[in-house]
Amino acid sequence: MSEVVKNEDKLVIGGKEFSSRFILGSGKYSLDLIKAAVEHAGAQMITLALRRANQGGMANILDYIPEGVTLLPNTSGARNAEEAVRIARLSREVGCGEFVKIEIMRDSKYLLPDNEETIKATEILAKEGFIVMPYMYPDLNVARDLKEAGAASIMPLAAPIGSNKGLCTKEFIQILIDEIDLPIIVDAGIGAPSQACEAMEMGAAAVMANTAIATAGDVPVMAEAMRLAIEAGRKAYLAGLGRVMEKGGSASSPLTGFLRD
Amino acid sequence: METEIKELKKENRTSHMEYMEGMEVLDSDVQERVIVAMNAYDYDKYTAKDVKAALAHTECTVEDFAALLSPAALPFIEEIAVRAQEETRKHFGNSIYMFTPLYIANYCENYCIYCGFNCHNKIKRARLDEEQIEKEMAAIAKTGLQEILILTGESRKMSDVKYIGEACKIARKYFKVIGLEVYPMNSDEYAYLHECGADYVTVFQETYDSDKYETLHLAGHKRVFPYRFGAQERAIRGGMRGVGFAALLGLSDFRKDAFATGYHAYLLQRKYPHAEIAFSCPRLRPIINNEKINPKDVHETQLLQVIMAYRIFMPFASITISTRECERVRNNVIKIAATKISAGVSVGIGEHIEDNDNVGDAQFEISDGRDVDEVYRAIEEQGLQPVMSDYIYV
Repeated sequence: MSEVVKNEDKLVIGGKEFSSRFILGSGKYSLDLIKAAVEHAGAQMITLALRRANQGGMANILDYIPEGVTLLPNTSGARNAEEAVRIARLSREVGCGEFVKIEIMRDSKYLLPDNEETIKATEILAKEGFIVMPYMYPDLNVARDLKEAGAASIMPLAAPIGSNKGLCTKEFIQILIDEIDLPIIVDAGIGAPSQACEAMEMGAAAVMANTAIATAGDVPVMAEAMRLAIEAGRKAYLAGLGRVMEKGGSASSPLTGFLRD
Repeated sequence: METEIKELKKENRTSHMEYMEGMEVLDSDVQERVIVAMNAYDYDKYTAKDVKAALAHTECTVEDFAALLSPAALPFIEEIAVRAQEETRKHFGNSIYMFTPLYIANYCENYCIYCGFNCHNKIKRARLDEEQIEKEMAAIAKTGLQEILILTGESRKMSDVKYIGEACKIARKYFKVIGLEVYPMNSDEYAYLHECGADYVTVFQETYDSDKYETLHLAGHKRVFPYRFGAQERAIRGGMRGVGFAALLGLSDFRKDAFATGYHAYLLQRKYPHAEIAFSCPRLRPIINNEKINPKDVHETQLLQVIMAYRIFMPFASITISTRECERVRNNVIKIAATKISAGVSVGIGEHIEDNDNVGDAQFEISDGRDVDEVYRAIEEQGLQPVMSDYIYV
């Protein structure tokens, strides 16, 4: 959390400041809802799959993203580092900017990230000047390697993409938050605002969500609910959570009280 | 059938289980496992309790899939639809992918008694040359589509691998996504076509019942059941990104065929986890010069049951709804389980451009003749998002 300036509480990634801690996904819902979702989410960063960005074609997602929002193109479709690097370069060529979210999957069922290939791609792209935000399975050693390779943030998954299962990897994400000196952005699996709030209370720097919003009955309203939850969680984290008593009330010093006798 | 066809007599046919010369033999147990499981599948043993249990499970097991395909599932069709829709939305959101098939040749060396392209059927044959392919593709690309499925009749002589490869290279100029539905080939040939720009291969097994298969595919390389069965595995080994599966429902026992189709895809996905899986769900359609064939066995309810069972069993798979189905069915199935729909379809040869004399007859009759704009609008009217491409060639 070293990059967070607490009195202004900005999220800083790759030298760029964001006041919003909600990274919105753009897939899986109607293009004409993107603008409203961005506004209700208060999002300053939006992900898009480069493979959805058709140059000049019908239903081009790029035409629907409001100006002023930072694009976070992802490399979905890549099955190894080499393919991710190619997609990232293409993304820069077509004007999607310097940010890139690395997604490398070689599993069509769960879409779980390939950590090893992700490290390789991060190293190459960081050297080429990209602001690299790798999507990864929360593993402390890998997170350290990613930082070493030049990642600007770490994006551990909470649960498989699209599963809406929430913080299945909570304990391991907490370790990354505690140990890695980079913004930890919880990505994938967040299915409800309460889960996003919990991630923020844990000290996550931001939350990324797509399916939870895309599959909601009212997309903009769910985007707003998610924003409020993320803000609440952030405030709670900054305020410092009180002690949680897991086994009911505690008597005062039942074991060591004798020291005062 | 005015002339004597020797293969109509069983003693004149070759063995449908023996590979012909030049056919690659895979070291794989997938076929055996699928056939054993299909033969053991007794759909009448499943009860309402099994269906309810299947719907209660978060992960759909093979047994759950079997229950969802059974007659016991029919009273739960609405509950199954709710679950299927939920899975579709989780994995695809409201995206519906659009494409069109392009038939570039209809010469065929096979004698499949239910197919309009069969070598004994007196239809007008055609094969587009490269210039005509380019014109057709340019005309299709103008409609806004970015995905094309290239089809040929199954004739290696008239549509060799090189010819198909040239079609792929031309397609790369006009489309982002190129799929193939051509005769099965060896993995090195799939690798070549992958280099030419294709990334998806669909092969219909038609029926997984090899005894029935033998009575329907009387001559030609398609007669060889195991070579066809191995096509998807060879395509994956050849570097294709995704493979499509289908049984032509109605040829044989559709429940067993649907079970085998799903299980075939399931085993290959486990063996090759990176491979993308797709299903097509064709029912028999009437064809030219054969009035006996009618899609009577598989009613709309059963078709929907099969599509939804595929969806719940493999929620991440692409499912295409065929133009063999009418507008009403297609509009509704994309709301529940299908994620891909064709538009502006012609199943004849050379019909996308005017002033073309080189036209060939159609493979079957289609039931939904809507053009790209009409299908696009219909998708939007269902609250869904038409997507032209979600793919990048790397």
